[in-house]
Amino acid sequence: MSFLSLTSLKKSFGPVQVVHDFNMDIEKGEFVSFLGPSGCGKTTVLRMIAGFETPTSGKIVINGRDQNSLKPNQRNIGMVFQAYALFPNMNVQDNVAFGLKVAGVDKSEIEARVKQMLGLIKLEHLADRFPYQLSGGQQQRVALARAIAVKPQVLLLDEPLSALDAKIRVSLREEIRQIQQQLGITTVFVTHDQEEALSISDRIVVMNAGRADQIGTPFEIYNTPSTRFVASFVGTLNIIEGKVTDPASGSVTIGNQQVALKDPIAGMKGGDSISLALRPEAGSIAEGAKGDTALAGEVVSTSFLGSVIRTRLRVGGDVISFDMFNNPGVTPPVSGDNVTLRFAAKDLLVIRE
Amino acid sequence: MKKIWAWGALLFSLLYFTLPLIGMTNFSLKMRRGEYSFDAYGKVFTDPRFQETFTYSVMQALFTIVFGVLLVVPTAYWVRLKLPRLRPVIEFITLLPLVIPAIVIVFGYIRLYNTSSWLPLTGTVTGTNILLMFGYATLALPYMYRAVDTGLRTIDVATLTEAAQSLGAGWATILAKIILPNVLVAVLSGAFLTFAIVIGEFTMAALLNRPAFGPYMQLLGANRAYEPAALAVIAFGITWGCLGLIQLVSRFQKSAPPKA
Amino acid sequence: MSSAKPDASPPARRLPLHWLGIVPFAAFVTLFLILPTMKIVVGAFQTPDGSFTLDNIRGLFTPSILAAYWISIKISIASALLGCLIGFAMASAIVFGGLPKGIRGPLLTFSGVASNFAGVPLAFAFLATLGPVGILTVFLRSNFGFDLRMLGFNLLSFWGLTITYLFFQIPLMILIITPALDGLKREWREAAEILGATGPQYWRMVAFPILLPSLLGTLALLFANAFGAVATAIALTGSSLSIVPILLFAQIRGDVLGNPHLGYALAFGMIVVTGIANAIYIWLRARSERWLK
Ligand SMILES: Nc1ncnc2c1ncn2[C@@H]1O[C@H](COP(=O)(O)OP(=O)(O)OP(=O)(O)O)[C@@H](O)[C@H]1O
Ligand SMILES: [Mg+2]
Repeated sequence: MSFLSLTSLKKSFGPVQVVHDFNMDIEKGEFVSFLGPSGCGKTTVLRMIAGFETPTSGKIVINGRDQNSLKPNQRNIGMVFQAYALFPNMNVQDNVAFGLKVAGVDKSEIEARVKQMLGLIKLEHLADRFPYQLSGGQQQRVALARAIAVKPQVLLLDEPLSALDAKIRVSLREEIRQIQQQLGITTVFVTHDQEEALSISDRIVVMNAGRADQIGTPFEIYNTPSTRFVASFVGTLNIIEGKVTDPASGSVTIGNQQVALKDPIAGMKGGDSISLALRPEAGSIAEGAKGDTALAGEVVSTSFLGSVIRTRLRVGGDVISFDMFNNPGVTPPVSGDNVTLRFAAKDLLVIRE
Repeated sequence: MKKIWAWGALLFSLLYFTLPLIGMTNFSLKMRRGEYSFDAYGKVFTDPRFQETFTYSVMQALFTIVFGVLLVVPTAYWVRLKLPRLRPVIEFITLLPLVIPAIVIVFGYIRLYNTSSWLPLTGTVTGTNILLMFGYATLALPYMYRAVDTGLRTIDVATLTEAAQSLGAGWATILAKIILPNVLVAVLSGAFLTFAIVIGEFTMAALLNRPAFGPYMQLLGANRAYEPAALAVIAFGITWGCLGLIQLVSRFQKSAPPKA
Repeated sequence: MSSAKPDASPPARRLPLHWLGIVPFAAFVTLFLILPTMKIVVGAFQTPDGSFTLDNIRGLFTPSILAAYWISIKISIASALLGCLIGFAMASAIVFGGLPKGIRGPLLTFSGVASNFAGVPLAFAFLATLGPVGILTVFLRSNFGFDLRMLGFNLLSFWGLTITYLFFQIPLMILIITPALDGLKREWREAAEILGATGPQYWRMVAFPILLPSLLGTLALLFANAFGAVATAIALTGSSLSIVPILLFAQIRGDVLGNPHLGYALAFGMIVVTGIANAIYIWLRARSERWLK
């Protein structure tokens, strides 16, 4: 029996249904990310777990206990909000102590616990500061400490990093993950940043318009997306449109070029349209690059991203991009060049809607 | 359960606030025995003293508004542009009239500007009128200054000024053509509020012995039964009109495209 | 080459003339706000021929004048406290009470009107309602045999004035506190709730401390508002109720106290009272607002 289970969760606001039949089982100590575009219902699911929204139908069970009849303040859940929701009238210490205070914990115990928490987030030296005297990253760490000080059964984080700048976002997400593993706390993390989700989660739920499109480990989600939506949202996967020429041999026409897939194409006949996906890092245009499959194309643009150079290439009717590592010895292609992209046939995935 | 107390509060306030309004309206219509009539209003409107004092107060209000705008807009603008460090001080001073009772201020005027002083304003009718206008400007200062200062906050004073200067505009042009149009809604709000305050003001006018609408109302109240209620309805209508105009102009601003 | 060209030298310093821009304003407030007030303060400590004395102040400590101050202060405190309380209840009903959305706009507009509907006409409105032949008085008497007069109610009294003043005090509170309530973030409430706090705990530990500075400020403002109100009281009571502003009004008009400089002292006392009210406010605010910049 899983620790946190969501069963056929549905939510409508008036006539608009924003969550459709959401199912998910989360194990104790697991770190699960909800990944999806803005407005797809991530926050709504999270708020139902917290008890701020009542599900239209469906069940939420934590540790064997049905939560439907419980108010938020009875659920023992920790939550970190997107806009640092620290209490502005309390200093760092008092913010962290809040949950313990309302629970009636002994003063000495509160003190010890607060100290421990501040140690965990490495902010002991700022214990007496007020929120306005802290940077965004520091505030969010305090919010995290406040949420976990009460030893919640489940920790919910709603885009806790999206208001921070890029560098802090990376360091803080690692800190969150490390603290989560150290405490073994069951965590649901909401984000619309695929890199964030991929880098810290045990499992990812990719959400699309109120539904869970795919649930899997970061590795599965990235390498074997099961829907076109997942493919395009996770990773910057290239979608290439083609036409099936011979399903049995797996051959496909892209523009006026022929490629052969690794496997036969089941359930399609000659002349059908087909969507294929190619990861940006799967191909290369270097001289003598390996790969049993090739596509010729015209360079549209190149952008230099530091360690990686991203080139956009027109192939048939699509523009696809691929990445190569920066190499000072090799001049990147310029737009207008005609090049050949080589890759392994197994990297060309068939996407079904 | 939550809703019950909210509705309770609403019901209470509805009762408390509408009863006096109903009371005065009802009373104002009862001059003729046994039936409702507008007699009280007719009496009031045809009273030459009403026309006199009302005109006097309207004129006072208009002069106060003009003076207040000329005083406050350049000052608030200048403080924002060049003396931002003085803002808290200025703000504090402009709030003083809310704390020092008007009766104390006007008492000071009487003693400071009497016939034997260095500036004998109360010695002449014109002088007293001007003094009263200054007094009203003082009373309106907190509202006027706040309105204008809030209006200025929403525009980038420094950039607008620089842009105008680079096109060769002088200070007067900048204020009249650039700043004023941009804070027009704020200025109008302040102006209507000033009007509402001045039109019925009693203390200052009475103690400076000017024939204003406020003292007239008080006098009538001491001697008549139904006319005062009619006056109260009229005064309430004026206040409502002023506040309604404020709403109207601020709504107009929200819907109008922002001027650069 | 290192020698500087002549025109590269720093530009000649211009005299700081920025302050000239506020000279008109400074002159105005000095002449018509500061100096008149100072005149009162100084006059309170002067004999008619200009020498220093404490006699005027001492003259305030007669039973009738003290009683006038006391009832003024009582009315001001009562109407400020009640205004705050009721105004707060109504503002929270608007903001959190789940009332229909359409009510908010009209209610705030009405508050704007009512908070400015003071002075003489307000007294008339209440006379027409709670006065001897007021609509409510008559209604209660003829329908319920309930005589407000017999029960000791009188508009020209502590409670009468307090109830009347509430007509502008409550709306003023609503106007000031509604934006403050709007400023309470939903996340604060939810954060408190998810940490296990009950509704009252949230109010006591989070919302109330955050609102306290605005509450105190409004309280001080309402106090001064009631304390300085002359017109309503005069129109309501003539001069039969001896509160400080009425006493001062009569003194300025006709030296009823028989000592011109006692008027200064009376006015000075009013400044002191509102001054103390504001000093308390500033002190409490400083204590309650350490968490603000
Ligand atoms: N209280 C509400 N009333 C009506 N509609 C709502 C309410 N809350 C959310 N919605 C709608 O539900 C949908 C899902 O909202 P939700 O906040 O869950 O999205 P999200 O995935 O968290 O998006 P984001 O990444 O922008 O935070 C949106 O279309 C939103 O407009
Ligand atoms: Mg969200």
